Amino acid sequence: MDPLRELYQQVIVDHSKRPRNRGKLEYSNRKAEGVNTLCGDQVTVYLEVENDVVKDVRFEGGGCAISTASASMMTEAVKSKSLSEVETLFEEFHRLVTSTEPGAQELGKLAVFSGVREFPVRVKCATLVWHTLHEAIRNKGGGA
Amino acid sequence: MTEKRIIEVREDFPILRQLVHGKPLTYLDNAATTQKPRTVIDALVKYYSEFNSNIHRGVHELSQRATGAYEDSREKMRLFVNARSETEIIFVRGATEAINLVAQSYGNSVLGAGDEVIISGMEHHANIVPWQLVCEARGARLRVIRLTERGELDLDHFESLLSPRTKLVSIVHASNAIGTVNPVKHVIARAHASGVPVLIDGAQAVAHFETDVRDLDCDFYVLSGHKLYGPTGIGVLYGKKELLERMPPYQGGGDMIRSVTFEKSVYNELPYKFEAGTPHIEGVIGLGAALDYLQGIGWPLIVEHERDLLQYALARLREVPGLRFIADPCERVGVLSFMLDDIHPHDIGTVLDQEGIAIRAGHHCAQPVLERFGVNATARASLALYNTRGEIDRLIDALLMVREVFT
Ligand SMILES: Cc1ncc(COP(=O)(O)O)c(C=O)c1O
Repeated sequence: MDPLRELYQQVIVDHSKRPRNRGKLEYSNRKAEGVNTLCGDQVTVYLEVENDVVKDVRFEGGGCAISTASASMMTEAVKSKSLSEVETLFEEFHRLVTSTEPGAQELGKLAVFSGVREFPVRVKCATLVWHTLHEAIRNKGGGA
Repeated sequence: MTEKRIIEVREDFPILRQLVHGKPLTYLDNAATTQKPRTVIDALVKYYSEFNSNIHRGVHELSQRATGAYEDSREKMRLFVNARSETEIIFVRGATEAINLVAQSYGNSVLGAGDEVIISGMEHHANIVPWQLVCEARGARLRVIRLTERGELDLDHFESLLSPRTKLVSIVHASNAIGTVNPVKHVIARAHASGVPVLIDGAQAVAHFETDVRDLDCDFYVLSGHKLYGPTGIGVLYGKKELLERMPPYQGGGDMIRSVTFEKSVYNELPYKFEAGTPHIEGVIGLGAALDYLQGIGWPLIVEHERDLLQYALARLREVPGLRFIADPCERVGVLSFMLDDIHPHDIGTVLDQEGIAIRAGHHCAQPVLERFGVNATARASLALYNTRGEIDRLIDALLMVREVFT
C-alpha cells in the first residue's frame, strides 16, 4: 500500500467523518485541554472515573482527520479500562506511531495508526488526544 | 512566449531541480519564503570566500570591500523602492523587526494615554502584536479597520476611525492570508489629510509589483528580504528622513554612536543610528544580489506572468468540486487561500506533499482574519515568478486526489 493509503485508512477516514463519543460529558470528574501548537487545533477530554476505572469518556474539538479519528478511537479503546491499563495503552500507542519496534501488547483497532510513522510531522496529530487523556487522568477533581 | 522565458528563469533556481517523494518539486509556498536564484547563493559564497570582514571600521582592504558591497546594496534598495536618500534605508532582520522598531521608537515617543493606532482586520501577527505591546505600555488603544465580505478594507469604517486621537495608521500592502492588495495610496492620503503618518507592511507586495515609496507618500515601509528572493534574516525599514531623525534609537551599541562617554553618548547619523552592532553583512550583500537579479528579469515580465498565472490558477481552482475561497478581493496577488469540502487543511497539505507539492496549511500567522471568515485554518497556495501553468495543473490533479482519499 502506498504511504498515503496507509495513513488515511478507511477506518481513520470513517472515524474522522463520524467521530464517536464527541461532545461534552456532563457528569465527568476529570478533564483536560490540549493544544497542538503547530496548527492551533484543540481538544478537550472528559472522563468519568470510578474506582480507578474509566466508566465513560468523551471528547470535544479535534481538527484534522488524524487527530479527530485518533480522539474518536481513543474513546472507544479506553472505555471500561482500568487507569493502569489506559497508561499501558498510551505507551503502546506512542510506540506504534513513532517506532517500528514491536509492542508488548496487541493494540487491536488502534493498529490502523501505524501509517503515521511515515509522516513525522503528523505524529503530534495522532498523540495529542492521548497526551490530553493522560493529563485528564492526573487532574483529579477537575470536572466539567 | 512568456512561458518559455519562465522555463529559463526556473533554471536560475537550483532548488527547483529536485524530486520530492519521487515527484518534481512544485513549490507553491512562496508567501512563506521564496527560493533563491543561483546569483544570490553565489554572492554569499563569494563574500565568505573572498572578502569576509567587519564593515565601517577597518582600514584594511577586505573591510573596505565588504563596506563597499554593503553600502552598494543600500543604494540598490534605495532605487528599488525609489526612496529619496539612502539614509532612509535601514537594514533590520525583517519586516517583523522593522515594525517593532517603529512601534518601540516612534510609537513610544508619540503615544500617550487615550491615543490610538489604527491597523486593519487582515494584518499578519507582526503588524498586530508590536502595537498591542506599545499601546499597553502607553495606555493607548488599538483600533481595527473592518473588512468587507470580499476581504477588502471597509474604507468608510476607516474614515470613521480617524480622529484627533489617531497617532499612526499601520496596514498591510498585500495580505499574506487572503491576497488582497489594499488601496494604500488612498489610505495614506486620507490619513495625511488628518495629519497622521502611515506605515505600510510590504512583506507580501515587494516581490510582485513595483514599489514607489515617494509616489505612495508613505511615512514608513517595511519588507523582508527572504520573501524577495534574498536571504533570511535581512529586511528593510524605509522611513522618511524627517521622521527618522526625530526618533530615538531602537537599540544601543556599536556603530550607532558617534562618541561615547559614561556621561553621555552622541548618536550617529542616519541610517547608522538604527543599525546597532555588527549587521547581517552577508544578508545585505545577498539581498543586493536579489535586487540585481530582479532588475535583470524586469517588472514587465514578472507582472505579466504572475497576472496570467493567477487568473489561470483562480479559474482552474474554481473547477474543483467542493473548493471554496475564503475571500474574493478584486485587487490581489497570487495568494490563494481555500477550503476543500470539510477536509482539514493539514490533511490536504499532507496529501499534496506526497505529490511533491509544497503549500502552507494553517492560520498563516493571521488568526484574526481567518476568524473573520469563520475558519481557523486554510490551505494556501502562493505563487512566484518561477511557477508555471503546468504546476497549477499538478496542484489541481492532486486536489482531486485529496477528495478521493476522503470520500
Ligand atoms: C504581511 C506580512 N507581514 C509581516 C511578515 C513577517 O515577516 P518576517 O517573518 O520575515 O519578519 C509576514 C511574513 O509572513 C507577512 O506575510
